[in-house]
Amino acid sequence: MRIRDPAMFAFAALLIAAVGFAQSWNVALAILNMCLVSAIVALGVNLQWGYAGLFNFGIVGFVALGGVATVLVSAPPVEDAWRAGGSGLAFAALIGLATFVCAGIAFFKLRRGRVRALGTAAILLIGLFLYRSFFDPAVEAIESIEPARFGFLGGFGLPVLVAWPVGALLAAGAAYLIGKVALGLRTDYLAIATLSIAEIIIAVIKNEDWLTRGVKNVIGLPRPVPYEIDLQNSDEFVSAANSIGLDAATASSLFVKISYGGLFLVVLLALYALSQLALNSPWGRMMRAIRDDENAAEALGKDVSGRHLQVFVIGSAICGLAGAMMTTLEGQLTPGQYNPLRFTFLAWVMVIVGGAGSNRGAILGGILVWFFWIEVEYIGAILADSLTFWLGEGSALRMHVMESVAYMRLPTMGLILLLMLRFYPRGLIPEK
Amino acid sequence: MDVLQALIVICNFVAVPALAYGSQLALGALGVTLVFGVLRFSNFAHGDTMAFGTMVAILATWWLQSLGIGIHPLPTALIALPFSIAVTAVLLLATDRFVYRFYRAQHSPPVIFVAASIGVMLLFHGLVRLIIGPWDQNFADGERFILSAREFKRATGLDEGLAIKTSQGITVLAAIAIVAWLYWFLNRTRTGKAMRAFSDNQELALLSGIKPERVVAICWIIAAGLATVAGVLYGLDKSFKPFTYFQLLLPIFAAAIVGGLGNPLGAIAGGYLVAFSEIAVTYAFKKVFRYLLPEFLEPSGLAQLLSTDYKLAVSFTILVITLLAKPTGLFGEARQ
Repeated sequence: MRIRDPAMFAFAALLIAAVGFAQSWNVALAILNMCLVSAIVALGVNLQWGYAGLFNFGIVGFVALGGVATVLVSAPPVEDAWRAGGSGLAFAALIGLATFVCAGIAFFKLRRGRVRALGTAAILLIGLFLYRSFFDPAVEAIESIEPARFGFLGGFGLPVLVAWPVGALLAAGAAYLIGKVALGLRTDYLAIATLSIAEIIIAVIKNEDWLTRGVKNVIGLPRPVPYEIDLQNSDEFVSAANSIGLDAATASSLFVKISYGGLFLVVLLALYALSQLALNSPWGRMMRAIRDDENAAEALGKDVSGRHLQVFVIGSAICGLAGAMMTTLEGQLTPGQYNPLRFTFLAWVMVIVGGAGSNRGAILGGILVWFFWIEVEYIGAILADSLTFWLGEGSALRMHVMESVAYMRLPTMGLILLLMLRFYPRGLIPEK
Repeated sequence: MDVLQALIVICNFVAVPALAYGSQLALGALGVTLVFGVLRFSNFAHGDTMAFGTMVAILATWWLQSLGIGIHPLPTALIALPFSIAVTAVLLLATDRFVYRFYRAQHSPPVIFVAASIGVMLLFHGLVRLIIGPWDQNFADGERFILSAREFKRATGLDEGLAIKTSQGITVLAAIAIVAWLYWFLNRTRTGKAMRAFSDNQELALLSGIKPERVVAICWIIAAGLATVAGVLYGLDKSFKPFTYFQLLLPIFAAAIVGGLGNPLGAIAGGYLVAFSEIAVTYAFKKVFRYLLPEFLEPSGLAQLLSTDYKLAVSFTILVITLLAKPTGLFGEARQ
């Protein structure tokens, strides 16, 4: 390890501490928590891009699936909705399955020709209509159950921490299906294919209200940590807070954020340890060999497409895990926030800033990029204020500049990405 | 008579909108395919280049409107076009100078170019939001319809109307004119032939004295023109919103790939294919069936295959089927 690496982490810690002093510790801890989640996403992307050279532009889709898992696992079930539409949905699912089986049999048993093409198409079309005739009324029934509060099936009411591995599994399952279809494509085609799959996943989450309430959001998901209000009502906590000179309200929200941060840190460190072990194992060496020269690795008997699928699934599972953690932290699922610019491309900036192929680099990149993503607005406001103060309070130009600060994030990230690619193509902590 | 009614419903809700949308996609895909042909990478910044060009056109339109300049039946944005193309071309040339030229000199692999184009994409997207804001902007003025549904009904005496928006008419005409010009340029002029030669075989082209930097510069200027025109036409037809233009990237890429990346004719065909399938799959055919089928066969639902929220799924399906079945596209080889 170079002496510079810990120094850069110390610098990142210093930045967050500076926010604590300049703004407030609540803001600093909120940023820190998201920094940790971002670092986990960056680890996942690094696994795919840094280890294996796979372009995955569908990160936002996997993160969103993690969010959905949180709802499905932890939200309390809406029993009326199950009674109203559960059987209809089950029928629809059976019909869908039967259609695919029939179509598959027709496709593989019949001889190639017009009969096969038309027959398969007819089975699929009839199946679609049958499916819709059960699915549509069931959905309508579910969505009409107290639409202002529910209007969806709810979840299983399990502890929310269960959702984290489930989110990873859900994302892994999706990644397996996607990878089976798309991984044979060459780099930029794969990028485009994954980008559009992610858009489709997001569209499903936004529109299938019976499953996720869509853009109406699912609020009030259970928490793995205590609620502020319970802490403030506990005499023990209040006296402990007072003894270190904090009022109960501040202390309780700091305590909640620190508990989340602790949970996230445990996950991050565990993943980091596993990634490091994998990277330095024979498996890691094989992955890098495949990345650097696919043909040579294949000639040496390595199963290139199998390994690609494997690393694509694992990396996506990590993104799903991070997505579940993010939704847990927010306590609600807001499908409207899943934007490829904010998730997919930001994660790429993180990995490229940190250094592709280096796990410490990915973590550092995740922390630094998220920090600037949030703080650009604050720093920009100060800059804009001091650069335009001579224009006077009422100046239209000054007003416009001050308003524009809110949109400084994306161009800053683009600029950082371009500068890093040009001058530090191997990142802040390069791969050894 | 009923068949005619059904035909008009299809024309009004499927054929006319798809023709206009397809022309916009075709122009966008031409830009992507041209850049791929000459520079050998998929330019992810193309959607946001369209957004930038359209933004300049909108600003110029507002300025012209404030001066009271216009060409009444036609939208003011058309006079703003040459200016906005020039500004976008300057931007793209500057981007090439400060971003891509370095990697060209280094002979970097395409992956690096794609990563750089992501940076450019974020930069452009942010720039557009910074200057004009992330909201919807409607800048179409002038006459709204060439042929309104009411006029059509009065003239023909049918129950169903057929409306053609001015923006749709302009779009199709502009697309025909531009494609014809591009065809002439690529096949008949010295510069165009040099571009094709460069795209076919770089080493051979260099040996025969073609100046690479000149070819690249002209490629960016044409890409700027195509992107701006496509963006302005789309904005006139629907409305301008930076994020929508970013999302247009997907159908545009689908169109370019279906036709074979690097193949201009393929890009045009791909544009129409994607547009027609997208609109046909998400249109509710209930009304059409009501005219065509006897009463007892009438569909109870909307007879819509897919809700419009999933229209991206259509371009994706087309994309995947092409890539798996015929990765070189329908019209000949996309070179690796």
